Amino acid sequence: MGDPLFWHRLQFGFTATYHYLFPQLTMGLALIIVVLKAMGLRTGEARYNDAARFWIKIFGINFAVGVVTGIPLEFQFGTNWAKFSHISGGIIGQTLAMEGMFAFFLESSFLGMLIWGEKKLSPKGHFRAAMALWIGSWLSGYFIIATNAFMQHPVGYTVAADGTLQLSSFWAFLLNPWALGQYAHNMIAAVVTASFVVAAIGAFWTLKGIHPEQARLNLRTGTIMGLLFSLLVAFPTGDLSGKLVAKYQPITLAAMEGRFESGPRANLTLVGQPNVAQRRIENPIQLPAVLSFIAYGSFSSNVKGLNEFPEDQWPQNIELLYYSFHIMAGLGTIMIAIMGLAALLLWKKRLDTARPMLWILMLAFPFPYIATTAGWAVAEFGRQPWLIYGVLRTVQGGSPTVNAGHTAFTTLGFAGIFVVLSVLWLFLIGREISHGPVSHSQKA
Amino acid sequence: MHELWFWLVAVMIAIYVVMDGFDFGAGILHLVVAKTNEERREVLGAIGPLWDGNEVWLLAGGGSMFLAFPKVLASGFSGFYLAIWLVVWCLMLRGISIEFRSHLEDGLWRRFWDGTFALSSLLLPILFGAALGNVLRGVPVDGSGFFEMALWTNFRQGPQPGILDWYTVLIGVFALVTVTAHGALFLAWKTDGPVHDRSRGLGMKLWGAVLVLWILSSYATSVVNPGIFHRLPQAPLGWVASLVFLAGLALVFIGLKRERFLLAFLGSGAFILGLLAASAACVYPVMLKSTLGPQFDLTALNASVGVHGLRTGLAWWLIGFPIAIAYVAFLFRFHRGKVKAAAEGEGY
Repeated sequence: MGDPLFWHRLQFGFTATYHYLFPQLTMGLALIIVVLKAMGLRTGEARYNDAARFWIKIFGINFAVGVVTGIPLEFQFGTNWAKFSHISGGIIGQTLAMEGMFAFFLESSFLGMLIWGEKKLSPKGHFRAAMALWIGSWLSGYFIIATNAFMQHPVGYTVAADGTLQLSSFWAFLLNPWALGQYAHNMIAAVVTASFVVAAIGAFWTLKGIHPEQARLNLRTGTIMGLLFSLLVAFPTGDLSGKLVAKYQPITLAAMEGRFESGPRANLTLVGQPNVAQRRIENPIQLPAVLSFIAYGSFSSNVKGLNEFPEDQWPQNIELLYYSFHIMAGLGTIMIAIMGLAALLLWKKRLDTARPMLWILMLAFPFPYIATTAGWAVAEFGRQPWLIYGVLRTVQGGSPTVNAGHTAFTTLGFAGIFVVLSVLWLFLIGREISHGPVSHSQKA
Repeated sequence: MHELWFWLVAVMIAIYVVMDGFDFGAGILHLVVAKTNEERREVLGAIGPLWDGNEVWLLAGGGSMFLAFPKVLASGFSGFYLAIWLVVWCLMLRGISIEFRSHLEDGLWRRFWDGTFALSSLLLPILFGAALGNVLRGVPVDGSGFFEMALWTNFRQGPQPGILDWYTVLIGVFALVTVTAHGALFLAWKTDGPVHDRSRGLGMKLWGAVLVLWILSSYATSVVNPGIFHRLPQAPLGWVASLVFLAGLALVFIGLKRERFLLAFLGSGAFILGLLAASAACVYPVMLKSTLGPQFDLTALNASVGVHGLRTGLAWWLIGFPIAIAYVAFLFRFHRGKVKAAAEGEGY
């Protein structure tokens, strides 16, 4: 605990995890709002605009918390990870500055118009504001993922004489294959989060028997988009992400699966507990040869186990990495099942009255949040012991002049601030949900 | 290329101070110039659609420094560790105060957020001003390129000063009074009725104080950093910047006198922009001066990344910057004219 690095890692992990609870809903909702506004324009039906208006209010509160919890992350690069920033700033500074220039200016300029501008703007103008927020928030996501992808799989750089990394190919860096795969997986997962939230609200209102028209519309929108995007998150994007890990971080793949022995026809572990000290999985339930197929496209491929690599290259926290991966993949499967069933009932026109299904939909909305959090844990624990994979170790990246006492103080400060923010968020979102949708015809 | 990026970063940070400066000022003043809920909604309505975009200049400017001079960012941010987090916490509190206030039609709820909005708006310019003070005075950066600084030591100058000493606090107060005066002109321009009258009345007094503090701070700077003004005669950009801030100062008083508040507001923007640019011209190429000796200074030359990175950054910067300016122009046009407090539930 007296080690500053422990506190630097705890602080970044904690603040980043908390922050990402908000943008995933923001980015997913941005697309859903665009879809609703487009349907409103196309059909001229008020119910689409009423639904959009409700979700824009949720979006606004959520966006504000996302903005303020995002600021500390940008600053931590310099304050807590000064060595890392010094060495890699010439590269990752590019994407972080571009995020400000190309995404944040766009989002901040049109946010007010989206939230408060429906009466001032024409329907088309308001639709355009929604588009601007969607494009801005998804661009922002790309720049962050590209930054992270450089840490996972560094490309487009050279090492200068003084040890710093210098940009050699901007396009190789920006279009890093890791970034493209991870971006697709991540953004689709954000839409899954938003779809589950939309479906949960629809289910809640249906079970309460209030706002019937809006309840139906939300259920329908959440279920259709939820099924589509839950499937896309697994295949092709999840599959692609797995293949990237297999190709560029084989040690991470072995650790994710708790696989110690190498060999062909590698089993996929569904259940089991890794015992790292004795190098085995306890109480395993496994699918034979499936891991070989998932990782390399053939059942006979050799998947290397951890034994084949020196221990100082292993991720330090294999247990958490293993469970994060299995929680993500397990919940991903469960979410496909939930949305598949809901979509089937929707197609049979029985979803509105299928009370057990409505209960499940109402209560399932935390699943995608847990899955995305676990997914990021896979990416970040899996990257260890490297800060920039194969280039810079995490122990080499911290600030040389910041002591544990400083970072412990600010970490505790964030814990306090986040408790307050959580309470405020729950209170304000809860209020909006209980107010329900406001139709313009009622209001006038 | 190094010199160009030094100026790009300086200009973006100066734009940040001008832009967020007026909404800091509005936040500091709103308890005084806006007494009723209706009046406070008027103030929030004036800055509400703009504040978030104004703050992006900080992130864009900081990001530009990151990409061009990562060594300066790494050294400065880790060296000013606690002060940076105070800034971040204030920024967070401020954002939440503005965005959450209007959600409840409740007197206590709103008075609470009015208080946090004023407090965070007040602390931020002091901290930013003190940061500028540290850059002008110097910090104990050594051969490692890093330094560690307490928030305060004995408030005196020396080889191991604190982040806050008498000089940096003075610059902090100067910054505070300047953005408050800047915000008063913004409110005088964008509002009418009682808020306008009070802002205008305060504006005149505040600008008197700015003038006194400006002379005081300039003198103190020459005491703390004796060589600082020597570079000015050979720096043509410094001359231009000095003309801009002097003209700005003149416009403020002319505008106030003739009741042309937009003119006065533009003048105060030019004053801040010019003053910061002139400071940058005085210290160039030093970005982080060392109190331990000039051989340890972090400069635009020894702290910058390779030329390829700078060229690449410039290529997209030339696209991004005009777009950002276009958004600002569009927003000011869209929200042109005097603000009225929005109806409940339809605005800040």
